[in-house]
Amino acid sequence: MNIRDFIEDLDFSRKSSTVVFLIVILMVIGFFIWWLNIPFIEDIFTFGTIMLIMALGFQLFMGNSGILNWSYIGYVGIGAFASAIFSMTPALKALQIPTMYPFLISLHLPFPLALLAGALVAMIAAAIVAWPLMRLSDSVGAITQFALLIVISVLLSQWSQVTNGPRTFTLGGTRLTTFWVALGVAVLVIIAVYYFKESSLGLKLRATREDRYAARSSGINFVAVRYFGYVASAGIGGLAGGLYSHYILSITASSFYMNELFLLLSMLVIGGSMSVSGAFFGALLVTLVRQGLRQLEMLFSRSGFEASGSAEIVVAVILVAFLIWKANGITGGRELSWISIKRRLRIGSGKSDNIPKN
Amino acid sequence: MNAQVLLEFAINVLSMGSLYALIALGLVFVFGICKLINFAYGEFITVSAYVLYLLGVFTSLPWPLVFLIGILASVAIGFLSELVAFRPFRGRSLDALLVTSFAVSVIMQRLFQLGISPRSKAVPIPAFFNMNVELLGVITPLRNCLIIGTTLVLLIVLVIIMKYTVLGVAMRGASENFVTARLMGVPANLVISVAFIISGFLAGVVAIFWSARTGSVEPLMGMSPLLIGFIAVVIGGMHSLPGAVVGGFVYALIANILSLTLPTSLLSFRDAFMFAIVIVFLVLKPEGLMRGNYQEERVG
Repeated sequence: MNIRDFIEDLDFSRKSSTVVFLIVILMVIGFFIWWLNIPFIEDIFTFGTIMLIMALGFQLFMGNSGILNWSYIGYVGIGAFASAIFSMTPALKALQIPTMYPFLISLHLPFPLALLAGALVAMIAAAIVAWPLMRLSDSVGAITQFALLIVISVLLSQWSQVTNGPRTFTLGGTRLTTFWVALGVAVLVIIAVYYFKESSLGLKLRATREDRYAARSSGINFVAVRYFGYVASAGIGGLAGGLYSHYILSITASSFYMNELFLLLSMLVIGGSMSVSGAFFGALLVTLVRQGLRQLEMLFSRSGFEASGSAEIVVAVILVAFLIWKANGITGGRELSWISIKRRLRIGSGKSDNIPKN
Repeated sequence: MNAQVLLEFAINVLSMGSLYALIALGLVFVFGICKLINFAYGEFITVSAYVLYLLGVFTSLPWPLVFLIGILASVAIGFLSELVAFRPFRGRSLDALLVTSFAVSVIMQRLFQLGISPRSKAVPIPAFFNMNVELLGVITPLRNCLIIGTTLVLLIVLVIIMKYTVLGVAMRGASENFVTARLMGVPANLVISVAFIISGFLAGVVAIFWSARTGSVEPLMGMSPLLIGFIAVVIGGMHSLPGAVVGGFVYALIANILSLTLPTSLLSFRDAFMFAIVIVFLVLKPEGLMRGNYQEERVG
């Protein structure tokens, strides 16, 4: 019995193998880095994991519905500020942001609850505004989402009584988003996002992406389906935002704007926006490329040559190249699963390919 | 006294509106034909402003020549970006085009930061631009009158081109229905290139007046004209050239009214109000004020 037959005999259900694969890959990388025990690399991994969570939440709506969701990064920002307001002690808030509304100053929750509360606030915000917007598609839909992002961004950057306005919002205290917190949440989010996609709601949402008229004639109320997907996506965005703010420890509204959205977009496109695996590998790849280039930039600037920003240029060029030549990204919009691996091996061994497409 | 305030308000609205109309027109020319919401349009303006800065500071060329080269620069960028970045997406999804234009915009912003400076630079503008003139008892900088005049001339020229030349008719046909226009023998590449060239030309003109008003140029300056263009285009109607002009003036009107009527504590939220208006507009009236060849885009 050779190894190829052995793999074929193992029969995971297709649904679960993807989740297992992604979690195992993340865990292996995580434990390896933990074993290396270099704080600098651990920091990069933690930050990369937070970006991964953001990308997964982004994929949840954009990948399944096919709507270019500009406003997503705004909900990340809402979650970041909201969870920070919940987790900081009243004394600290009164000191850092004296202009804040008194009732906000008095709020206080332990960190895990504050994270959830941040996600909840983002979801509520999305739930309030989203319904009429879900009726719009194509360029009108894209511009509406874009306009919504501007509205959220202006509110975050000007509402001094909540976000300290255009000034920096400093959380103070210790870094609560540790290596293990980020890793743990990422595992949970991978599970949630994948099973959302496989759920009947996710299936309906994907149906509206493929052909909204066919979906509608099959009895799918796509405004409602999009709405729930959008709100769920905002929730994961808010969660990621909370992790982000408790990692960075000082945020401004401009931390949640075009540049960050562009990064998320490139992760999704390069990985393949239609699958969870795509968001996963896209986030992995873009983080690697970016951090590598960052180090090069620093090397350059030490030798007196200013090169900051070149990392974004490289990511942007890769993004356009992918859009031109491989629009479905490295995963081709498929999930990584036992079946896809087995199919690969079969093609390699010359056997006929009679497994139905993913 | 009251009449004078009203006149001042009117001049402000007209001069701002003229500038915004040009911005919006530049966006709509490309959108009409390619259905591309061009995020890199702001950077077309920035390129031209940087050329004005570089030529003005490091050479002693006369200003008409500087302006001409500035406009040519954004025309060239418009033409080249279409050739390099947008042409491979002919016939592909709207989102792919949109994301590409976003990427082009990021690349150009970073190149400005790397190649010139991340900080803002003062643009030398001929002194008569900011000279105050008295118009019916209202004192206003000359550039306000110049932009109104320039816009008027450009609009007349564009109307003549679009209505009475073969190229203009072909372009209007292509924006109505690209496939049919091609079947009738309209060369696709030519029409799209011309759309980008006109868009770049308008961006160049906008750059002159924009940097005359702000007095400086920085890598991210393209963002605010882009946002203004978006709002104006949406209000006016995304599929109609006259709509873009109307949208520009309506935007200037709303912005001026909000500036006058909003209490100072809410003034910093003005952009939020503007974009909230846009959202309401898109939800209730996605075809805009001027109904062009409206395409099915709203569902449900």
